[in-house]
Amino acid sequence: MTTESLNSSSRGKKWLWFHRFGSPAWVYGFASRWAMPIGVVALLLFVVGLYQGLVVAPPDYQMGDSYRIIFIHVPSAWLSMFSYFVMAVSAGIGLVWHIKVSDLVARSVAPLGAMFTFCALVTGSLWGKPTWGTYWVWDARLTSELVLLFLFIGYIALSNAIEDRRTASRASAVLALVGLINLPIIHFSVEWWNTLHQGATVTKLGRPSIDTRMLIPLLIMFFAFNFYFLSAMLYRLRCELLSQERRTQWVREIVND
Amino acid sequence: MNDQTVSTMSAMKALLRRDLMIALRERGDMLQPVLFFIIVVSLFPLSVTPDKTLLMQAGPGIIWVAALLATLLALDGIFRPDHEDGTLEQLVLSPHPLSLLVLAKTLAHWLVTGLPLILISPLLGVLMQLSGDAIIVLSCALILGTPALSLIGAVGVGLTVGIRKSGVLLSLVILPLYVPVLIFGAGAVQATMVTLDPQPHLLLLASFSLFSLAVCPLASATALKISVN
Amino acid sequence: MTEFFHMGGYAFFVWTSYAVVAVLFTYQFLSSRSQHKKLIRQLGAEVEHKIRRSNKS
Repeated sequence: MTTESLNSSSRGKKWLWFHRFGSPAWVYGFASRWAMPIGVVALLLFVVGLYQGLVVAPPDYQMGDSYRIIFIHVPSAWLSMFSYFVMAVSAGIGLVWHIKVSDLVARSVAPLGAMFTFCALVTGSLWGKPTWGTYWVWDARLTSELVLLFLFIGYIALSNAIEDRRTASRASAVLALVGLINLPIIHFSVEWWNTLHQGATVTKLGRPSIDTRMLIPLLIMFFAFNFYFLSAMLYRLRCELLSQERRTQWVREIVND
Repeated sequence: MNDQTVSTMSAMKALLRRDLMIALRERGDMLQPVLFFIIVVSLFPLSVTPDKTLLMQAGPGIIWVAALLATLLALDGIFRPDHEDGTLEQLVLSPHPLSLLVLAKTLAHWLVTGLPLILISPLLGVLMQLSGDAIIVLSCALILGTPALSLIGAVGVGLTVGIRKSGVLLSLVILPLYVPVLIFGAGAVQATMVTLDPQPHLLLLASFSLFSLAVCPLASATALKISVN
Repeated sequence: MTEFFHMGGYAFFVWTSYAVVAVLFTYQFLSSRSQHKKLIRQLGAEVEHKIRRSNKS
């Protein structure tokens, strides 16, 4: 009996720190403290990763130096999907549990996600020209990425079109969740469509085991991108928090300092 | 507090009948999407080529894109007039589950806009030089696919109904979600034309529609609650 | 060094994609920082305005 109550109380304490994330003032402080250090880590990782990727890594025996686009293409593509996931989940949390901070996280991730998707598309097509001979191939992955960009655009357009900020967050959360459910189906349908129209994709390059000297920069760049994402998101979140909470006491205190 | 005097089923039926009556009273509005459908499809031979083989190849895709646009055009009618005259608020406040009421309204909308498209599609298939088999598969695919278009569309309209001018926004929000319907629908007809079995496409299309049937009414109900209050 | 910039003949593709990503990332990073500064200034002016008005009345 006593142990049980002790357990539950300690569990309660363990969760206490988590509740702070629901407080805009605390999250603002958190973001201000961490955005810069995380950004610096990202910058260092970028420097190392770019050096490793562009100078140290040897050229590919098939694609020559053009493969070096992989070091920015793959992390962008990963982050484009990851941001959609983060955006939809935090929008969903905001919708269900009415947590303001969660809404604002979704709002600050959306433009970043659109940017990563755009980067993945541009680098993909610039990589496509030397490997496939054209800038655009209706390849399954590129097409999925394009649809993802449309989903991001729809989300941003909807949340900008509704004037009341709360209504905007809630309405676009529904859209994000519907999109999240739909995304695997869209991906599957595009893959299915792609296998039926094989003519479009020319030589799919075989996937031989990747050289460690190429793998290391890819991993470093992957982490660099993730840290960049985190830092940029915290910076954006700070702005969102300020403009959402402009009438509260804590914002006044920060502004007056 | 007369919540239990009317069962949800009869409320749905009443709603369905009401929406169909309104649509029948304004038959001109009902014709517009169909006319749009026909005009868009007939613009393609003029803009691309009247060549028989090319038209045959592009036909299914063109018909599907046109059907999609025609649905999109008529979509606003599903909730907007009711939003403007206040009926929608009554529905949101009614004791019945909103998702089922939304389902009834979506069904009415599909009967009014989706069904005419299916009925006219064989004619457009002939214009696009499709073979007899392909035309039958096209109609089947439209029967299986257009419900998903209406169901997903209802979510989009639910989200945008509070915005005064939402024409283009609605398309931005909805069109990416229509991709699977387009792929499976047009794919079924194309498979028939190269003497492949269209069944997998049709089954996938049907399962997508069923899935939308399960998810979309709930999503549109949530969307309406957000937009209305 | 020229070999490095030449990228085995793929200079255009490699450098364009790196440039696009670099420009976008930097722009978005700097713009959110400057937006923050602007917000602080703007909100500060609002608060001051309010204080002055309440002092008058």
